[in-house]
Amino acid sequence: MLFPSWAFLLFLAVLVPVYYLVPKRIQWIVLLLANGVFVCFAGILGAVFMAVTVASVYAASRGMDTLFTRQREMLAEMKTTHTKEERKAVRLRLEKKRRLILVACLVLNVGILFALKYGAMLGRLSAGLFGTKPFGQDLALTMGISFYTFSTVGYLLDVYRETIPAERNPLKLALFTSFFPLLVQGPITRFETVGKALQEPHAFDGRRFLSASLRIAWGYWKKLIVADRLLVAVKALCAKPAAYRGDFIFVEMLLYAACLYADFTGGIDITIGVGEMLGVRIEENFLRPYFSKSISEYWRRWHITLGEWFKRYVYYPLSVSKPMRDLSKNTRRFGVGFSRRVPVYLATILVWALTGAWHGSNLTFLVWGILNGVVILLSEEMKPLYARFHQRFPKLSASAFYRGFTVIRTVLLLSSLRILDCYGTVRDAFSSFFSMFTTWNWSAVFRGGIQSLGLSHYDYAIAFCGVLAMFALSMVQRKGAIRPRIIKRGTVFSVCVLLVLIGTILIFGRYGFGFDASQFIYNRF
Amino acid sequence: MKRKGFTVIGILLSCIVCFGALIAVSRLTAPKYHDSLIDGHLTGEYYGETTDHDVLFIGDCEVFEHFSPVTLYNEYGITSYIRGGAQQLAWHSYYMLEDALKTETPKVVVFNVLALKYGEPQSEAYNRLNLDGMRMGAAKLGAIRASMTEGEDAMSYLFPLLRYHDRIGELTREDFTYWFSKGGPVSFKGYVMHTGVDPATEVPQENYDPKLPETSMAWLTEIADLCEENGVALVLIKSPSIYPVWHAEWDEEIAAFAKSRGLRYDNMIAENDLIGIDMTTDTYDQGQHLNVFGAEKLSRWFGAILQSEYGLKDHRGEAAYDADYAALTERYENEKQRLSEGN
Repeated sequence: MLFPSWAFLLFLAVLVPVYYLVPKRIQWIVLLLANGVFVCFAGILGAVFMAVTVASVYAASRGMDTLFTRQREMLAEMKTTHTKEERKAVRLRLEKKRRLILVACLVLNVGILFALKYGAMLGRLSAGLFGTKPFGQDLALTMGISFYTFSTVGYLLDVYRETIPAERNPLKLALFTSFFPLLVQGPITRFETVGKALQEPHAFDGRRFLSASLRIAWGYWKKLIVADRLLVAVKALCAKPAAYRGDFIFVEMLLYAACLYADFTGGIDITIGVGEMLGVRIEENFLRPYFSKSISEYWRRWHITLGEWFKRYVYYPLSVSKPMRDLSKNTRRFGVGFSRRVPVYLATILVWALTGAWHGSNLTFLVWGILNGVVILLSEEMKPLYARFHQRFPKLSASAFYRGFTVIRTVLLLSSLRILDCYGTVRDAFSSFFSMFTTWNWSAVFRGGIQSLGLSHYDYAIAFCGVLAMFALSMVQRKGAIRPRIIKRGTVFSVCVLLVLIGTILIFGRYGFGFDASQFIYNRF
Repeated sequence: MKRKGFTVIGILLSCIVCFGALIAVSRLTAPKYHDSLIDGHLTGEYYGETTDHDVLFIGDCEVFEHFSPVTLYNEYGITSYIRGGAQQLAWHSYYMLEDALKTETPKVVVFNVLALKYGEPQSEAYNRLNLDGMRMGAAKLGAIRASMTEGEDAMSYLFPLLRYHDRIGELTREDFTYWFSKGGPVSFKGYVMHTGVDPATEVPQENYDPKLPETSMAWLTEIADLCEENGVALVLIKSPSIYPVWHAEWDEEIAAFAKSRGLRYDNMIAENDLIGIDMTTDTYDQGQHLNVFGAEKLSRWFGAILQSEYGLKDHRGEAAYDADYAALTERYENEKQRLSEGN
């Protein structure tokens, strides 16, 4: 069930009234049933994998919780009767058991994700190496598996670290795992926030409903008016790396930047809006990312929940892990600065490699991830240089011109890296990117070039207006959230804004027969 | 309380304004089928009729380009209308008939059987040409359900903006001219005139299934049942076009069906000499369709059969019909002259 489909709107139109009409204590059950319908719509295989995840994570989290309780009780009992060493031995034994449970559950769930994500690629690789028939070519990601696997793994690690207690009701864990708006393209959520909010009773609130409708409509607006329109041109450019080179690549970079932003943020707007409609607050995933002044700032503002997840569950534990500490110690002879950098740099590169790998099995994603890490580390290294520059030219550094320059620089840099996302091979991506510096063909771009990409002048004009509208709204948003300001101006005004959004989507959106009901780009990750 | 009332009125007004604007845009972006692609205008034109009809033709281009209601009236006083459309398939014809039977009961329904070769919906474009002009009702909903090809959704037939919104980037003068006006008729009681001459040549050979699809035969049965329920005589015809080929096996199947239901079936291809059709002068596209000269010959021949076999009344001399057909004949002759001069 695609977000931009009548089926989804009908599903929502039935669910929301039912959700608020049933007694509050069974609202979560209605939601769970709705999740079940949504998941089954996407395919039974997906439902099976999700059931495996829920069952295994529930069993593991309950097992770990029980072991921890037993550990506390035993240690309390042993406090007076046993020596410190004996108590430590018991603690270590139980901790080892907990770790075993954790590892087994992680292997199972990450293994499923890995198999679905990389199975086909590994099959082709082995066929190439050993001349056998490629296996696993039918393997494909099921709906939302990348997102719910990360959310549930986060929950499992939180339980393991005793940050949160294990959920006692497996159905409530299933509710968290399968919450339908999150399955399309995330965000990656935490059990202690979204998982708990899903279980709470919610009363209908007209203003909240209107506010949520505005957010959903704005999401569809971005997706159907801008993203799906620009995607046609982006796909056309990416499909022929040999034909579209030079300045076409610059156009492609800009179009893809706008397209991906509209697509991903549009989808997340719908997700958050649907959650809000049901009274569930979902974490924000973006904070005007294209206003960032550096790549590291950009990654703090783009796909925030993925970055947070990697930071919380991979980067921090890894950089302070014993092997890293040992490595730091062993490299001290090269200087304190160097030894301090080693664990940070290694952890950064590893996290970015994993981030790339999470996005897809193609080598381009891995290279993209690592390059992101390298750029971030280089920026870190250049910080003293920047500091000296700011010290030397304080007026220039504080000027709007310089701020604008850093923003544009960041957008161009991240768009350059994203070229890897567009092509099937690293070679094509690099070759296309570097052709920008060797081939000057602006005349070809504007004399029929961009018209050959499947979009008319009308489409470009609409997309351009759409991008301008998104930019203008982001500018306004810097002074605070827009929706509360709209709602504050009264119900009639809010309804008018909503109707204008819906009306413009109906007139200028790309939907219906003859257009592909386009899935969100991040849904494939 | 007062404030709440204002809010409700405000919301209602906003909705009305928005809805009105969307209707206006919907009308603007919907194809007008008036100056170009006029086949799409035929379905809706029927609702402008002020007189009833003794004969109703249903079917594809082999009816709306092959029979001239003007000739039928002027020669025999037979009142008729052609509810035909481009690639009007069996289920389209069924629902066109069901729709027409709500407002009139003709004495004879003539159905051209060529479209029975298609058992599945063929193309969204032809569905639109046939269904866009249909008035809202159970017949239209049934026709939509039966006609949709893969990827289509019924909503877009009911709310045309959902289908045609993208035309806003390609609007023409025609769209503005007929934004709020339907414009005059483009046909002559459903007949679309062509005066060009392009003689028939060799007929291309094609592979075919000797049996007509079960689906279309089921719809033919539905048409026969509908006529029977309404006390209307059904006549099956195969118009005299030589291409697309009407195969002998299909002909036998239809003949057997007609026999089993006690219906008349005329395969006019065999009667071309008798009718006087000359495929070197009476076709405008190498034997696929008749030009106006062929259509008039065919109408003269078939009118005699209709009158003798079904005892249709000669309405000439009845003021209402005479006035209607006099104006139609004048427009018809003018158009014939205009088109002939253009050739």
